[in-house]
Amino acid sequence: MTKTAQRRTVAKVAVQPMQAPPPAGDRRRRRLADQARAYGFLLGGLVCFALFSWYPAIRAVVIAFQKYTPGSDPEWVGTANFTRVFADPEFAAAWRNTLTFTLLALLIGFAIPFVLALVLNELRHAKAFFRVVVYLPVMIPPVVSALLWKWFYDPGAGLANEALRFLHLPTSNWSNGADTALVSLVIVATWANMGGTVLIYLAALQSIPGELYEAAELDGANLLQRIRHVTVPQTRFVILMLMLLQIIATMQVFTEPFVITGGGPENATVTVLYLIYKYAFLYNDFGGACALSVMLLVLLGAFSAVYLRLTRSEGEDA
Amino acid sequence: MSTRTLLSPAALARPRGRAVYWSVFTGTVLLFTLAFLFPVYWMVTGAMKSPDEVVRTPPTLVPEQWHLSGYTDAWDLMQLPSHLWNTVVQAAGAWLFQIVFCTAAAYALSKLRPVFGKVVLGGILATLMVPAQALVVPKYLTVADLGLLNDPLAIWLPAVANAFNLYLLKRFFDQLPRDVLEAAEIDGAGKLRTLWSIVLPMSRPVLGVVSIFALVAVWQDFLWPLMVFSDTDKQPISVALVQLSQNIQLTVLIAAMVIASIPMVAMFLVFQRHIIAGIGAGSTKG
Repeated sequence: MTKTAQRRTVAKVAVQPMQAPPPAGDRRRRRLADQARAYGFLLGGLVCFALFSWYPAIRAVVIAFQKYTPGSDPEWVGTANFTRVFADPEFAAAWRNTLTFTLLALLIGFAIPFVLALVLNELRHAKAFFRVVVYLPVMIPPVVSALLWKWFYDPGAGLANEALRFLHLPTSNWSNGADTALVSLVIVATWANMGGTVLIYLAALQSIPGELYEAAELDGANLLQRIRHVTVPQTRFVILMLMLLQIIATMQVFTEPFVITGGGPENATVTVLYLIYKYAFLYNDFGGACALSVMLLVLLGAFSAVYLRLTRSEGEDA
Repeated sequence: MSTRTLLSPAALARPRGRAVYWSVFTGTVLLFTLAFLFPVYWMVTGAMKSPDEVVRTPPTLVPEQWHLSGYTDAWDLMQLPSHLWNTVVQAAGAWLFQIVFCTAAAYALSKLRPVFGKVVLGGILATLMVPAQALVVPKYLTVADLGLLNDPLAIWLPAVANAFNLYLLKRFFDQLPRDVLEAAEIDGAGKLRTLWSIVLPMSRPVLGVVSIFALVAVWQDFLWPLMVFSDTDKQPISVALVQLSQNIQLTVLIAAMVIASIPMVAMFLVFQRHIIAGIGAGSTKG
């Protein structure tokens, strides 16, 4: 055994109340060394969080009130960035589109996974097949999903219109029509992301104790009543959590509009994040981009706060 | 043994129940095949059609002739090897940086009791409230100030600032029995040695989950690499696909899309049991 190891062993024992305490100076030095070591382990993570999380959050707020051009000194401009962004006709369109997208994604992308999970939970065969297949689109890179659906929506040889023709239904403009573009993108996002939601619901459904269904059945509850009075209340918390997570995720939608529609037609699919991108990289207006970011940040931060509050209080109950 | 669900086993055993069950089962198989597998089939076979056939209406269900030229052209014309390599380098580096720095930080926060540890942890968890995408512009400016544009470090270093993975690791470390670590220390192991030979081997499951999250996140990301890699030669496959999609033949583009999907889909098929179990478990435990 080396000398240092020996000393450490002795010190370890010395912490026991029955032993005589070591000299105070020695203890303090050792505590300092422990702290230095702890912060040594923390250092890499702390630097990265500081540079790429904490500082950018502060910086977004600062630059929102500045005229900022990379390479030259920033100038304070008060609320000019906000007034300029507000006056942009795309601003209202972007918020309207983002909120509509979020709402549609909730309507389409929320009921369907729940119903699918309900059905899957009852099926006693080919369980692995269903789970793998429903999650497969999640593993396809979002860019590929977007390009794939862009091809499906193609007015010429796209599969979407072929399917409608096959069913003798009128064809649609899909992502190329101002009225249908946003819905078309919601379909893509739902297709691509549904797998995770279904799997989480399935896990929640499996944790419902079977006795509850038995008791409900003995009380004469039919299938729909059992869903309403047992399944939904038992999974209420997961439903709420996923709803909030989905709102937070869909409000940051970027890839689908950028790849499929380029924000068009007639700004029908410009989203807030897309507008942020445009301000920064097309208009070179970083002040405006940060003003928009701050608005998005405040709104999404509120949703996140509710989400974290809910998960924490539930964790304490359990 | 199966637990009781919405439907009682008795109801399913009745002839009528069984008929309904099997029709719902068949319907679900058909629906899933059509909704999730058919688009993938369409993509894989579309790339093998001739350029005329792929735009024909009504379309052919099976390629008349199977061409592999779409795939070989995509490989050569779109410089897929170099873009795939860029993606691999970016993903592997992000994984390594996350494993090293997040594990070390989580270990320190969990077991080494740093002063202000609670404050640091609070600051890290607070970033969960700030959706990453909303901060891309100031983050971009910081990366630009550091001179990291067009450098894989622009992917690697921000990847470490992942509160979710760090918290996952910390919570796992919290559950490791303290006496095992103390025993190692009494035997003369330093903190680093304890982390390396005791903590990490005990943490295989959580390290697996974090690794998969880290790799998938980089492979699937689009907006961030689009911002930081203006240099075409450095772009990962996701960005390159979109940039090149404008002026390339459809069959070649589709083939490139298939190739870009293969690594993550293959990884999913290999680790599907763990991934699917992880998604279910991670969510219900809050």
